[in-house]
Amino acid sequence: MNQPVTPNSFRAGPDPEGMFGIFGGRFVAETLMPLILDLEEEWEKAKTDPVFAAELENLNTHYTGRPSPLYFAERLTEHLGGARIYFKRDELNHTGSHKINNCLGQILLAKRMGKTRIIAETGAGQHGVATATVAARFGYPCVVYMGATDIERQAPNVFRMKLLGAEVRPVTAGHGTLKDAMNEALRDWVTNVEDTYYLIGTAAGPHPYPEMVREFQSVIGREAREQIIAAEGRTPDMLVAAVGGGSNAIGLFHPFLDDEGIEIVGVEAGGKGLDGEEHCASLTAGRPGVLHGNRTYLLQDGDGQIKDGHSISAGLDYPGIGPEHSWLKESGRVEYVPIMDHEALEAFQLLTRIEGIIPALEPSHALAEVIKRAPKMGKDNIIIMNLCGRGDKDVFTVGKLLGYEL
Amino acid sequence: MTTRIDTLFEKLAGEKRPALVTYFMGGDPDYDTSLSIMKALPGAGSDIIELGMPFSDPMADGPAIQAAGQRALKGGQTLAKTLKMAREFRTGNNETPIVMMGYYNPIYIYGVERFLGDAKSAGIDGLIVVDLPPEMDEELCIPALKAGLNFIRLATPTTDDKRLPKVLSNTSGFVYYVSMTGITGSALPDTSRVADAVKRIKGHTGLPVCVGFGVKTAHQAQAIGASADGVVVGTAIVNAVANVIGPDGKMTADPAEAVATLVRGLAEGTRSARLASA
Repeated sequence: MNQPVTPNSFRAGPDPEGMFGIFGGRFVAETLMPLILDLEEEWEKAKTDPVFAAELENLNTHYTGRPSPLYFAERLTEHLGGARIYFKRDELNHTGSHKINNCLGQILLAKRMGKTRIIAETGAGQHGVATATVAARFGYPCVVYMGATDIERQAPNVFRMKLLGAEVRPVTAGHGTLKDAMNEALRDWVTNVEDTYYLIGTAAGPHPYPEMVREFQSVIGREAREQIIAAEGRTPDMLVAAVGGGSNAIGLFHPFLDDEGIEIVGVEAGGKGLDGEEHCASLTAGRPGVLHGNRTYLLQDGDGQIKDGHSISAGLDYPGIGPEHSWLKESGRVEYVPIMDHEALEAFQLLTRIEGIIPALEPSHALAEVIKRAPKMGKDNIIIMNLCGRGDKDVFTVGKLLGYEL
Repeated sequence: MTTRIDTLFEKLAGEKRPALVTYFMGGDPDYDTSLSIMKALPGAGSDIIELGMPFSDPMADGPAIQAAGQRALKGGQTLAKTLKMAREFRTGNNETPIVMMGYYNPIYIYGVERFLGDAKSAGIDGLIVVDLPPEMDEELCIPALKAGLNFIRLATPTTDDKRLPKVLSNTSGFVYYVSMTGITGSALPDTSRVADAVKRIKGHTGLPVCVGFGVKTAHQAQAIGASADGVVVGTAIVNAVANVIGPDGKMTADPAEAVATLVRGLAEGTRSARLASA
């Protein structure tokens, strides 16, 4: 009688209130509520509007360079001696990561809503760069909030944003990382309600952001499905992606959620290990709570105070996770596992030497999990991993860790 | 159900004066000091006490209240201690309404039912939870009303006439009108606009309307109090505490006395509001 209920579809959420089971929702100050309702109304119209879809597809094709290739990693497959490994190469996108998929969708929405100013938060700077890029492309003033600590460790991206005409505002509150940047962006939004569009970078925040960002990122999974069928004549056995906020992962996973028999694995930042405080494994080591407009798994203490995470990768350095991932974890559809800093660093180096691809540190976490799993699988099995970002931004961090003076 | 808040506003209606509502951060900079501040408030002229619950990520607050929350957390404050503070206060004062104000997560983690039971028995009268709009009423608002606590909602300049009924639907005690779109401690907008907004809200509800965000001086309290049923002051009080904490963390003067001095001035402004406008 107490069997867990398996939903008819894992792809039906969220409900009209923005809930994925108990996760998600709209936990925001009253000042923002009318704005979020406006956004939801416009998004509901846009998502079924063929003109909107055509405009987005045109930009995806000619501006971003979609579809991104699905690449068979022959040498890595041989090296690991198990499953056939494919990379969905979103690192080849304009601006160097999957972030642009979401930014283009949202800037078109901002335009439809008649907004005249764009704000965003950023951790590693990838979302900040992608936002600054679309703001430049569409001629909007843009303010990017970035933690002071992150500004220091991601200097090249800060300069890139400035070149693109964005104003980068350092956030010194808290510990000066992504969560503090998000707080500050929300404070800006609550102050500049008339003209400002808040372009959230991941599939988190108040409804409708988690659904909207997922839809813009699902282009990854839709393409991958067509491409793998073209290449192998069938769907894969396993999907693997890194999860910080979880937008690249949900983008790859969502079109496959109802395919029985496909194992789906999300990889969290295990940092220096889950025993201490220095990790960002909110799903593995956190518990449900409410932050930044949604209920989701969070790293927090017994009093409900949010902790600061740690990861070698600034892009995974967030104490929360998109609410749909929390639901997918609890429903058992997706397995979430941690990968430690040093494992990601080793994977980063391996891929660079064996395939000639420098991955970002975020997908290096996914890769480290692939390295563990592929050898245990049969040679006729297929894994698709989302190679969601390129590692150019990380060469300074990695250089430092490997003892090179750059 | 009649709470201390209802009783107070009935009394003030008879006296024809607005209420002075004072916010301070529970546990800032430490438990004992903070309790002494709380105890000093009624004598200095505060009619309603807003007891701040510190949170690591206060998204609607400006730098002053953010810093106060950080000091409190650093000083070891927890939600359990904030409730204890109210309980201790009540041993010497059973009249002044106490409203706990903060964010939802610490309450959610404490456990909603357990929190409501403990809050009620500690002598709490109402709750203001910034990140629970009416869309999320099932979370805490409805259970709080059932437990006999007022749930005080924020109405803002973005709450238009179409939305106001929804915002007011499960509100009780009073309505907290946020004077501007922005964070706590910003500059106060034109008081005539605030007066218009108060009038607009009063067209939808019989509840008292208190106005906050940006009120720092006795003069402003007087101006706002001319049209509102209450004036809320927070950042100025939190700053009065911050001002007597030296760079080494040691106190250079008695924070309770510093707050009391400020509140006495604000109370004078508030009490003369209707006289000035008459």
